[in-house]
Amino acid sequence: MTVPAFIERFDAVTPRLAGGGADWLRRMREDGLSRFTRLGLPSRKAEAWKYTDLSALGGIDFALAAIEPDVAPHHLPEIPEFGGLRLVFVNDRFRPELSEVERLPPGVVVADLAGVLAGEGDFLADWLPRLAPPESHALAALNTAFLGDGLVVRLSRGVRLDRPIHLVSVGTARERPLAFHPRHLVLLEDGAAATLVETHVGQGDVSYFSNGVLEIGLGAGAELRHYKIQDEAPTAFHVATTALRMDDHARYEGFILHLGGRTVRNEVHAVIAGRGGEMALNGVTLADAERHVDNTVCVEHLAPGGRSRLLFKTVLGERARGVFQGRVLVDRAAQKTDAYQLSGALLLSPGAEMDGKPELEIYADDVKCGHGAAVGELDDQALFYLRSRGIDERAARRVLMEAFIGEALERVSLESVRERLAIMAGRRLESMGEGEER
Amino acid sequence: MALLKIENLHATVDGQEILKGIDLVIEPGEVHAIMGPNGSGKSTLSYVLAGRDGYEVTGGQVLYDGQDLLALKPEERARAGIFLAFQYPVEIPGVTTMTFLRTALNAVRKGSGLDELDAMQFLKLVRAKARALGIDEEMLKRAVNTGFSGGEKKRGEVLQMALLEPRLMVLDETDSGLDIDALKVVAGGVEALRSPERGMLVITHYQRILQYLVPDHVHVLSGGRIVRSGGRELADELERTGYAAFREQAA
Ligand SMILES: Nc1ncnc2c1ncn2[C@@H]1O[C@H](COP(=O)(O)OP(=O)(O)OP(=O)(O)O)[C@@H](O)[C@H]1O
Ligand SMILES: [Mg+2]
Repeated sequence: MTVPAFIERFDAVTPRLAGGGADWLRRMREDGLSRFTRLGLPSRKAEAWKYTDLSALGGIDFALAAIEPDVAPHHLPEIPEFGGLRLVFVNDRFRPELSEVERLPPGVVVADLAGVLAGEGDFLADWLPRLAPPESHALAALNTAFLGDGLVVRLSRGVRLDRPIHLVSVGTARERPLAFHPRHLVLLEDGAAATLVETHVGQGDVSYFSNGVLEIGLGAGAELRHYKIQDEAPTAFHVATTALRMDDHARYEGFILHLGGRTVRNEVHAVIAGRGGEMALNGVTLADAERHVDNTVCVEHLAPGGRSRLLFKTVLGERARGVFQGRVLVDRAAQKTDAYQLSGALLLSPGAEMDGKPELEIYADDVKCGHGAAVGELDDQALFYLRSRGIDERAARRVLMEAFIGEALERVSLESVRERLAIMAGRRLESMGEGEER
Repeated sequence: MALLKIENLHATVDGQEILKGIDLVIEPGEVHAIMGPNGSGKSTLSYVLAGRDGYEVTGGQVLYDGQDLLALKPEERARAGIFLAFQYPVEIPGVTTMTFLRTALNAVRKGSGLDELDAMQFLKLVRAKARALGIDEEMLKRAVNTGFSGGEKKRGEVLQMALLEPRLMVLDETDSGLDIDALKVVAGGVEALRSPERGMLVITHYQRILQYLVPDHVHVLSGGRIVRSGGRELADELERTGYAAFREQAA
């Protein structure tokens, strides 16, 4: 879909989107639209998009999912269970009948954005623009222009929610290509704590385009565990932009497991604005066929004593492409920063390719920063060793692949989720093993 | 029927001929020792028997139990009862020794039509075998061979062997890197596997291990050929004279 086509649609559809005619929201949307108009779809000429080509988006006439009719339940793919609270969005429309948001303790808001906007949503006028991703991000601007529904979480000071919050996004396009622009907001006030599980599943003979923005604000001492599973339909475009802002001694632990999608860009901008903030973001990407999966992470250390850890493991088969771009910026004020990033990739076939580069921009003098990147193949010696003990080639390959991604998986601190992720990844590896044996 | 029959075996590595016509017959119940200078092709022979890629057989044949061994994949050979204790056991980070042992044992058991062992049964078995070889259980929780000392790696090989109970054991310098006490324990563990149905090919540089693991036959491999065979006394002779005489013979 071309830029003019998006613009043309704007006036007709926005009154029907979340928030209706609220003035502040309309102005925000208009601002998003004008930025998107100026920036256009990302081009590979831009440094940040050197390895990921979204030009195919321009050639597809996406209908805006938010104004399409509901998809009947029997047309939906299986929705994974994680227990706890659950909000299900189908093509970014909240589906209360599939969701579970009862019995919220005091000080907890867990709801859908459109619902909150229709009620007492004025606090969103402050927050949505404040946490947003960088101005220059075209797809986040597009999201702002057309933002539909999404998840809103707000925990008051000191509230610790034990039950995980499960955000489910289902993408499904049956007759024609659909686009949706979910907008999620997670606010943990000082000392609050929560676990967010985010799963994306999908199906569709035709393509859909999920262009989500997630804003996370962590107050002083707040703690968020955030586990994301991306298992979109094989035809889907998945673009997700997360903006994370952390105050003093806040902690963020993130994990992203990529299993699906056709063209995927998962971008995270973390700003460690307060002293002693700690963030870890780890990930595993498993891709085969012609899939393209890009993890782009930018961490800005703005205050002293912060710590960041990035570990991404990628396994690519057939003609899949993987990208990891990790950028760490350490401000002059951010003395005693401890930052490390590592990307490892395993190529299962000669047609697979891994790209990217680490970037460190350091303006403080008393810091510990490092990075590493390695691309390799399965270790022949190890394979032979396993086989010489009776383990067949396929199983031996799988043992080595699981060991490879295990290093990242073991950093998921919540055991029940870690086990689920390992099972999902194992299943995916099983299917990737096919056709790769020599 | 011979357990292993190697006839006029030729093999190349990277286009270079390393084995130049080897003949060797191991009957059930026999222990054979192979000695020979560095680079003479001992490990190459062991890899050819285990089926490693890149070791190309260019002539001759190998029969195991009367079957064409060279037609089998490495895992099929292992399931058929062949075990190679590596000269340099391979480190596999991220895979715990315990998981590895269990996967291997169940693969081999399945291959011989036996049921897989459940976690409890396996644990009992592996504990008993490890204890007999003086292996600390902590070692089993670590990644396969990763960061193990030379001696620990060799003990690990013998533990695998004791678990898998193979019929033909090829030990490639399993004694190297072991201290005197460990050598005794390990040799004892191997000796315990000796039986009328089983055969062993013990590759070594020293006659010391052969005092515990007394061979029926000793062969000298030099320049890719077996240049002399004899009884156990040949090992003592080699210890005194070295290989100088055989180097000339091979050239
Ligand atoms: N990939 C290779 N390319 C070329 N030559 C090789 C290769 N691998 C092994 N060789 C050569 O094959 C010969 C036999 O090696 P092998 O490892 O079988 O010797 P060995 O008898 O086991 O020696 P050692 O007693 O030192 O263990 C050596 O000369 C070695 O350099
Ligand atoms: Mg050798």
